[in-house]
Amino acid sequence: MIDATTGELPSSAPTVGGQIEKIHADVAIIGGGIVGSSAALFLRRLGLSVVLLERGLCGAAASGVNYGGVRTQGRAMSQLPLAMRSRRIWAALPSYIGIDGEYVVSGHLKIARSEADMARLETYAEVARDHGLHLELISGAAFRRAHPWAGAKAMGASYCAEDGHANPRLVSPAFARAARAAGARVVEHCTITEVAHTGGRFVVSDGRSLEVSSQWLLNCAGAWALDISQRFGDSAPLTSIHPGMAVTEAVPRFMDVNVGVEGGGIYGRQTARGNCVMGGSRGASTGPLYAAPTAKAIAELCQRMAELFPALAHAHVIRFWSGVEGSLPDHQPIIGASPNNPNLIHAFGFCGAGFQTGPAVGELLAELVHHGHCGIDLAPFALSRFSELPSLVPS
Amino acid sequence: MTTPRFVIVGAGPAGMRAAEQLVTAGYRPTVIDEAARHGGQIYRQPPASFQRERKDLYGFEAGKAAAVLDRFAALLPQIDYRPNTLVWQVERNNLQLLSNGRDEALGFDALILATGATDRVLPFPGWTLPGVYTLGAAQVALKYQACLIGPRVVFAGTGPLLYLVAWQYVNHGGQVAAVLDTAPAGAMLKAAPGMLARPEVAAKGAYYLARLRLSGVPLHSNVSLLRAEGSSRVESISWQQDGVKHALACDAIGIGHGLRSETQLADLAGCAFEFNETDQAWLPVQQPDGRSSVRGVYLAGDGASILGADAAELSGARAALSALEDAGHVVPQTLLAPLDAARLKHQRFRAAMEQAFPVPVRWAAEAPDALIVCRCEEITASELRLCAKATGTREINRLKALTRIGMGRCQGRMCAAAAARLLADEVGCELKDVGRLRSQAPVKPLPIWLVHDAAVQAETVPYEERDD
Repeated sequence: MIDATTGELPSSAPTVGGQIEKIHADVAIIGGGIVGSSAALFLRRLGLSVVLLERGLCGAAASGVNYGGVRTQGRAMSQLPLAMRSRRIWAALPSYIGIDGEYVVSGHLKIARSEADMARLETYAEVARDHGLHLELISGAAFRRAHPWAGAKAMGASYCAEDGHANPRLVSPAFARAARAAGARVVEHCTITEVAHTGGRFVVSDGRSLEVSSQWLLNCAGAWALDISQRFGDSAPLTSIHPGMAVTEAVPRFMDVNVGVEGGGIYGRQTARGNCVMGGSRGASTGPLYAAPTAKAIAELCQRMAELFPALAHAHVIRFWSGVEGSLPDHQPIIGASPNNPNLIHAFGFCGAGFQTGPAVGELLAELVHHGHCGIDLAPFALSRFSELPSLVPS
Repeated sequence: MTTPRFVIVGAGPAGMRAAEQLVTAGYRPTVIDEAARHGGQIYRQPPASFQRERKDLYGFEAGKAAAVLDRFAALLPQIDYRPNTLVWQVERNNLQLLSNGRDEALGFDALILATGATDRVLPFPGWTLPGVYTLGAAQVALKYQACLIGPRVVFAGTGPLLYLVAWQYVNHGGQVAAVLDTAPAGAMLKAAPGMLARPEVAAKGAYYLARLRLSGVPLHSNVSLLRAEGSSRVESISWQQDGVKHALACDAIGIGHGLRSETQLADLAGCAFEFNETDQAWLPVQQPDGRSSVRGVYLAGDGASILGADAAELSGARAALSALEDAGHVVPQTLLAPLDAARLKHQRFRAAMEQAFPVPVRWAAEAPDALIVCRCEEITASELRLCAKATGTREINRLKALTRIGMGRCQGRMCAAAAARLLADEVGCELKDVGRLRSQAPVKPLPIWLVHDAAVQAETVPYEERDD
């Protein structure tokens, strides 16, 4: 099946009536979100053969319906090396995925609503400087002059000029298309029912039409990753979160930065068309694969929107939505090899903040497979941290 | 046992007849309606201060209109009637309402959705010019305000409404410059046997046609619409017929290709959907008795499938009787059987209507690249086609994500039917195989300040919600 010279897999193999198609590959990836798809792309760039298996459409779940923040500011220090590395990929995005994905380096403003908030932002800025993240603190009259749209409670902010935002609906599916164009076999509408490690290889199958045999397995299945990991004895206190999202009708441009708030609860950006994309609060699950904003989440979100962005107080929301995202108690993802099988690598649980880092995670997963190391300290993201800290595990 | 809360959405023929059954059974149902007065689109009433004869408003249907409007009016003391109210979200057993500047929640045990329909729009070049209306809008202008959409009007598209509205305009002193039907010339004749399922309706249709001819209104069939033209508003329309191009000066155009069900609330309520071949649309699964796939949610009228006003009265009553049965009432079979039999008759007639007024099969193939399909986001046919080509997109929600089709103010209510057709044509699959747009709240744009005012006081954001 594999082209011996390039390692490319055919984009579609002839199906034999009633028979299960068997594919050999270096790497099988479960989950076609931004992490799995970019891993597939970078693995191909390193010359490995890849099969990417996605239950629905690539980039249609959390990776495609998230807020679209491309933000380094505010991340835990342990994530900054990852975020800085991802920034390099974002800067050259079209060379990877063929489109600009509406990515703009708009700057990111983290707003303070109290002196205590401001002090926390100052402390963060000092520590972040050591990681090469340059933040500019602004308050008082200067803040008002620079950001006249901000609501009365905003009293200052930390500004990161190199952050921005993008359209996740475009970017995440484009990573999967780029992987396919680079020779990865991308199989959509493929629900994995069987995963095992036998005879030194992984066997992954949907139980009806496809069986993949691979040396490596990447578990990039997002909120559903435990379905895979637990088959190898790897568990984690992964929960699903359902961020409440909203988009307004197009209104005259009043802000050009991506905005967040110290302490959370509301974040927003304005697209080139004038629509404002906003997030905050929490929706609820509407089944195993979908979520929707609740009336309570909508009310909270609208209240916070009107408070932070008075210009929107009389605008209309044209759509609310939510998604299903994996989350962990310490707000850090799990990235790294399984303690039980070194050829199984997990990358999931990005806690609502994986869009910016996703491409770099994909790249480092490819390097882990190919080189055995990736140049980034993954210890903070080890799955084993939860067995060491039982107190963090919810009952 | 507490009294079950019956809520009906929509005060058209289906909603009004559903309410009647519930009142008769001794309940006080809630009826929510977006309009200021009951009647729905078909029996829309002018503002209360604007007195007009029903014969003038509803023509041949005046008797039926009077019967259902007056019956509902008589029952109002036993109904929690909420006009001017939008249901913008369904969440479990709660509706979110927007009414007179207030947002509020309303619980229900049984929900009867009688949400009606709007025009199915298959756009043609120039359709976004001022002066181009849907057929339904042209009719609303007449019924509600006694206004014509212009002094010299062309009606175009296909469907029974095309001739009805044209006749109504002529009857009210309007000048109808032409009726342009996209259906083939012989289609009506071929459908005649099926139309006999309801001979009285077929006869009315024949009457409208005859009157239009007598009035000298040019009626053209087998038409391909080319373009509406004008500098700042519509000044003319051009079309092609049997290979020959024609053009005609006009001040306004009413266009429609049949109707499409308003299904967002059924979707938000979690109802299962299936593809309806007659309506060429994904519709909520509706049992003949009005039950949906969700316990406690019932479907009636054109919001569930397009069968017209008379069928809507029946299905409204039927859905209410099912809701009563589910609430523990014993409903005699003698009440149900005639309703179920009548439904079959209406379905036969509806099939004939589709035969007489088929959706133009070549519409998608012939739509020019520059055609604006989504007027909210100004997305052209070529953008949709290129997206399908470049990305391998075969599914309508993916097309939405990549092109913004259906992401604007109307959330796809106006453009989805056309976009789905273009996508199916481009990838060479059946219309049903491109799927349907998933509905999201709000059903119509929601003013932030209203919900903001009703919101709980801001509390500290929990740590686990601090993502961005």
